[in-house]
Amino acid sequence: MDTRYLRRRIINGFNLTISLLAMLFGLFWLSWILWTLLEHGIQGLLNSTLFTQMTPPPGSNGGLLNAIAGSFFMTMVATMIGTPVGILAGTYLAEFGQKGWLAPTTRFINDILLSAPSIVIGLFVYEIYVINVGHFSGWAGSFALALIVIPVVVRTTENMLRLVPNTLREAAAALGAPQWKIIMLVTLRASRAGILTGLLLAVARISGETAPLLFTALNNQFWSANMNQPMANLPVVIFQFAMSPYDDWRNLAWAGALLITFGVLTLNILARVFFRQKTALH
Amino acid sequence: MSDSIITNPKILIKDLNFYYGKFHALKQVNLDIPEKKVTAFIGPSGCGKSTLLRTFNRMYELYPKQKAQGDIILDGKNILDPRQDLNKLRAKVGMVFQKPTPFPMSIFDNIAFGVKLYENLSRRDMAERVEWALRKAALWDEVKDKLKQSGNSLSGGQQQRLCIARAIAVKPEVVLLDEPASALDPISTAHIEELIHELKEDYTIVIVTHNMQQAARVSDYTAYMYLGELIEFGNTDTIFTTPKKKATEDYITGKFG
Repeated sequence: MDTRYLRRRIINGFNLTISLLAMLFGLFWLSWILWTLLEHGIQGLLNSTLFTQMTPPPGSNGGLLNAIAGSFFMTMVATMIGTPVGILAGTYLAEFGQKGWLAPTTRFINDILLSAPSIVIGLFVYEIYVINVGHFSGWAGSFALALIVIPVVVRTTENMLRLVPNTLREAAAALGAPQWKIIMLVTLRASRAGILTGLLLAVARISGETAPLLFTALNNQFWSANMNQPMANLPVVIFQFAMSPYDDWRNLAWAGALLITFGVLTLNILARVFFRQKTALH
Repeated sequence: MSDSIITNPKILIKDLNFYYGKFHALKQVNLDIPEKKVTAFIGPSGCGKSTLLRTFNRMYELYPKQKAQGDIILDGKNILDPRQDLNKLRAKVGMVFQKPTPFPMSIFDNIAFGVKLYENLSRRDMAERVEWALRKAALWDEVKDKLKQSGNSLSGGQQQRLCIARAIAVKPEVVLLDEPASALDPISTAHIEELIHELKEDYTIVIVTHNMQQAARVSDYTAYMYLGELIEFGNTDTIFTTPKKKATEDYITGKFG
C-alpha cells in the first residue's frame, strides 16, 4: 500500500474523529440541559394544579394557568399580525424584487431585524407604544413578538419561493396567466409547506422570548384575558420565579420551562413533518 | 430560402434578431412555419433553437434583458408588435417544456387552470373539456379514476402528457414543444412521439430537439441552426438524406456537434 493512500486514510480518520467529538460536545450540553429540566420540572408538570390555578403568592400552592393563557394569546396575536406582513413582503422580494434598489435594501434591513437582539425590540415597543399609552399591556407584548415573527417569515417565504423552479412560472405564463394568478395559484401553492414550516419555527422562536415581554406585557399575577392590561406569560414568570428564594415558585419555574421546551419540540417536529411531505411531493 | 417549399405558412419569420443583453443570439432569421405540420429545430447546444421557439409566444418577456427585433407574422398579424395582447397570443400559442411542469394541484385542476383564464364554463362543460384534453393527450385511460390526485403523483412521462393536455385544453392553434422528451425514458418518449403524430391533424407543431433520430421520426420539416443562424431548412427527408449544405451534412452524419 502506498504512502499517499495511507496518508489519506489517516487524515480521513482524524477528521472523522474531530467531527464526532464536536458533535458529542454539543449533544452533551444539550442532553444535560434537557435532563436537568426533566429532573426538576417533571413533578410540577404532572401536578394537575399547573393547568388549573393561577400563579400563587409565595408560600402557597398554585399553577401557571394565567401565564400559559397569556403566552398563548400573545403568541397568537403576534402570529396573526406577523404572518400576512411577512408572507406578502417575502413574496415581493422573491417574485418582484429582480431589479431596482427597493428589494435589496429591504432584504438587507430584514436581515438586520432578523438578528437584532430581542431586548432591543422590547425597548423599541416600550418607547413608542408603552410610554405613549401609559401602561404595559398584552397588545404591546404582541407587537414586540410580531416584530420578531416578521423577519423570520419574510426570509422563509422568500427562500421557499425561490426554490420553486422557474419553469413552473414559465409554464403558467405560457398559458397566458397574469402574474398575480401565477403567484397566488402556482408559486405560493408550490411552496406552502415550506412557508408553513417557517411559520411554525417563528412561533417556536417567540414562545420562549423573555426580553421583549419584560418591557411590554410585563406580568400579571391574576387571570386576565384583557389584551389592554398587563398580561402574564410563561417566560417572564419563569424569569421572576426562578430568581426567587421560594421553593414552590422555583418548582413552578422549572415546570414552566419544561412546558415551553415541550411546546417548542412539538412545533419543531410538526415543522419537520410538514416539510417532509413537501419534499416527498417533488 | 424557404419560399419554394412552404405553401401554407402559419408563421412567417422575417429578419428576426434576438439579444440576451448584448449577446446577439439570433441573426437575421427568415423562416416559414407550415400549418398543421411538424417542424423541428435541430442544432448543437447554444445554437438558438430554443431562443427562436420562445419568441413565438414572447416567453422571453419574463426577463427584462432579453429582446427581439424583426417580424413574426402569425395569421397575418405581427406578434412582436407591442400592441399584441400577450395573453391572447399565449392562448393561441401553447408551450410544453423540457421538464414536466405539473402545477401543485389536482390533475383535473391542472387542465382546468388554463381554460379558466379564458372561458367561463359550467362544471359539466369543464369536466367535458378536461376529458377531451386528456383523451387528446392519450392520458385519459390512465388517470380517469384519479382526477383529484395531485399532478405530482404521476410518472414523468404521464406528467409530460398532462402538460400537453393542459396546453391543448386552451384550444391553441400552435403548440411549441421545447425538447419535450429529453427528460423521459424511451417508452415515454415513444408515447410522446406518437402523440405528436396525432396532434398535427389539428395543430401546427414546432419542436426543438437534441435528438436527431427524433427529429427524423416526428417532423415533416426540419431547420438546422448553428451559432444563431438558420443554416438550412427543408423537407425532413431532404435534410436527412441530401442536405444542400456541407455544414448540415456534417452535423447530421455526426462529424460535428
